[in-house]
Amino acid sequence: MSEIRIQRQDFDPGAELAALNDGKGGTGAVASFIGLVRGDDGLIAMTLDHYPGMCESEIAAHIAEARKRWPILALRIVHRVGRLTPGERIVFVGVASSHRHAAFQAAEFLMDYLKTRAPFWKLEERPSGENWVDARSEDDESIKRWR
Amino acid sequence: MKLLYFAWVRQKIGCSEEDIAAPSTVTTVTALVEFLRKRGAGYDAAFRDVKFLRVAVNQEHAGFDARIGPNDEIAFFPPVTGG
Repeated sequence: MSEIRIQRQDFDPGAELAALNDGKGGTGAVASFIGLVRGDDGLIAMTLDHYPGMCESEIAAHIAEARKRWPILALRIVHRVGRLTPGERIVFVGVASSHRHAAFQAAEFLMDYLKTRAPFWKLEERPSGENWVDARSEDDESIKRWR
Repeated sequence: MKLLYFAWVRQKIGCSEEDIAAPSTVTTVTALVEFLRKRGAGYDAAFRDVKFLRVAVNQEHAGFDARIGPNDEIAFFPPVTGG
């Protein structure tokens, strides 16, 4: 089971984690990542823009790739869009597997791909004005280890 | 063809999407960029340096050498910054 949601509203991390457990004893490990809005340098808010349709298809392609590499039992990705303030949740990636290595690695793989391939953009609001966030070369480096 | 613009590309051009009838000589993304640059100052500013731009054809990442036609959806945007 894979679930991809792109939404304006917040999500409940507990509910997302609970949904990854099959409840029948088949799930041995759940690993997750939550990305938050960091309020550094006087950040007032961050607005996430996205390409509807392509976001879902890109993420689905990355999920298919992750499933080829690791024995994944269940997977959930929630990405918020719209205006978010410091401390708010942006993204949830959760992976269930029989064993922890697969769950940890698949979650990290999916985050690296989300950062570098999924069509989302961040506009930062600061007292000095608005600024589109530049892509980070570290993120491009992170993705190379999966090739 | 249907064109979509995101993030600062949308802001510079001043619209998020439009349908255009490009000349028949526009068969690649690069040719489309050259055609669009002549449409106004906002387009010229957005497309002046394509090294800051990425493109998707029919909702898949593509190169500027990708072949395109009248029924394609082409999106221009900066490098992505989600997650």
